[in-house]
Amino acid sequence: MTTTPTATRARVARSVQRQGALVILVVAVVASTFAFDSFGTTGNLTNIALQASFLAVVALGMTFVIMTGGIDLSVGSVFALGGVLAAWGAQYGTWVAILLPLLVCGAIGLVQGLIIARGGLPPFIVTLAGLLFARGVLLLISDEGATTYKVPPDSAFRELAQGSLLGIGYPIWIVVVAFGAGALVLHRTTYGSTVLAIGGQEDAADLMGLPVARAKVVTYLASGLLAGFGGLLIASYTSSGVTVLGVGMELEVISAVVLGGTLLTGGAGTILGTLVGVLLLQVIKNVINQVGSLNSNWQAVVSGTILLIVVTLQRWLSRQVK
Amino acid sequence: MSRFDKDWVRRNGVYVALVLLLLVNIVLTDNFLSAGTLRLQLIQVAPVLLVALGMALVIGTEGIDLSVGAVMAIAAALVPLYIGYGTVVALLISVAAGAVTGLLAGVLVAKVGVQPIIATLGIMVAGRGLANVFGGEIKSIRDQGMVELGSGDVLGIPYVVLIAAVVAGLAYFLVRRSTYGRQLVAIGGNKRAAELAGLPVKRVLITTYVLCGLLAALAGVLMAARSQASDPTKLGLLVELSAITAVVIGGTPLSGGQVRIAGTIAGALLMQLITATLIFHDIPDSTAQVVQAVIVVAAVYVQLGRKTARKKKVTT
Repeated sequence: MTTTPTATRARVARSVQRQGALVILVVAVVASTFAFDSFGTTGNLTNIALQASFLAVVALGMTFVIMTGGIDLSVGSVFALGGVLAAWGAQYGTWVAILLPLLVCGAIGLVQGLIIARGGLPPFIVTLAGLLFARGVLLLISDEGATTYKVPPDSAFRELAQGSLLGIGYPIWIVVVAFGAGALVLHRTTYGSTVLAIGGQEDAADLMGLPVARAKVVTYLASGLLAGFGGLLIASYTSSGVTVLGVGMELEVISAVVLGGTLLTGGAGTILGTLVGVLLLQVIKNVINQVGSLNSNWQAVVSGTILLIVVTLQRWLSRQVK
Repeated sequence: MSRFDKDWVRRNGVYVALVLLLLVNIVLTDNFLSAGTLRLQLIQVAPVLLVALGMALVIGTEGIDLSVGAVMAIAAALVPLYIGYGTVVALLISVAAGAVTGLLAGVLVAKVGVQPIIATLGIMVAGRGLANVFGGEIKSIRDQGMVELGSGDVLGIPYVVLIAAVVAGLAYFLVRRSTYGRQLVAIGGNKRAAELAGLPVKRVLITTYVLCGLLAALAGVLMAARSQASDPTKLGLLVELSAITAVVIGGTPLSGGQVRIAGTIAGALLMQLITATLIFHDIPDSTAQVVQAVIVVAAVYVQLGRKTARKKKVTT
């Protein structure tokens, strides 16, 4: 049987691509639990999950974008803008704090989607401009970054990210629900299959009569909405709109998605993988904080190196299969 | 617009915009035509231009290099560490570090087959961290040679500007007259065809990323020399974006197969002049960013033209 080794390797390749990050995550968690007394405590683990939830919300949107073969570089700025709008809006009530950032960030996503899908411009350039634009608007409404808006102490808006249910913070519940919904949308809806088809072969999807342009617009709209939502969550959590947040976040989010096994060429990937990717990045951060003597800059070095190792492995294995 | 007009705009729009903006400034900005103002503009654009020239080569291969800003920071962070051995040694080590990161990117792209955006993203994240590890906080550079390099001039032309001009000339020659340049453009146009035609695809790709890394490192060192300090967290931040923009509005398509050096120079000058114009007229940073965003999209829109853009799938 000459096919068996190839078939086995194909299976190994596929599972490494899908579960590689999960294996590394499990190893990292187990090893850290033994290595540091304070790592495995419930308090620390829930803290990791809570910290990861802000990134996870944004990464969910990016997963869909990357699955269409696109990219959204604007999420970091949109995230920060969402946070500032929420903190500013909180003085006019909780609903303003929630709806205003969603409206503005959704509008930015929508316009980007329209320019990409209808105008045919490369996502890289359009969302790069979106990054500058959102950061510019953020500076405009915060007196060039000098003003930090505070959420009023009596505002119910604080409850959104600071409250908890069964001892688990609301943001974690939100992430669980959002990712569950995301997986359903991807696998059970026409929109989901269109997204995968676009990433696989856009021309073919177009010829099959799938609503390619509409699906792309929806995808960038969702990415903008989720980035804004992540921002409003962090504004609720920190009770303020921090203008310096989100710089470089787009790259962290892209790393998480790629680590999670979504191919940057689009057409394949898992929603759950992205969650694993986000958690892995967060665990790395946490471990480096635990090793008190290690300069916190190693976080970036380790994250970047792991990203390179994972993509190299992915490529190498998929080449073995061919 | 007829096909000819569109093509003309795509090729020459950046020069027209540059001339218009120069005229606007000559009329509206006080003291714009003074030697001091123009000199400062050229000094400020020089490092970005160096990065953009390397980026133009990479984009010509249908690649992209997000690591250039981090490479600048690494190169600058290494200067204070080795300056004790002399200016030349420190410079060589810094620029060599840029070549090494470029080599890594090139190998990942050419040999392993990782997508350029991901390979250089990984290097960018790790590289910025490394720069911080090497560099720590802001360090001042007091070496006489470095000060001279950053602030000195020959016949009134600042060294920084002179270096950028020489590199631009070399890049023009490389793209237009050398075998390497022809191979690079062929690979960017159609990698598979280039492979079948027996071109040394991998070697050319690796060389391109090494050149890009070298130029980024040189830009980082010059910036550090000019400010007489290295700040690993700030130096080169978002430069990748300015460089890509300069290349693209200069008429080099992101889909590869063409490199326009003169356009890249004009693109870098245009971006610099836009920023400067807004500063001259006391328009705040925030508005400047919004204006830049609109200009970038408009410029790329004009270049692509609706039909070609939809037909050709642009991967990045």
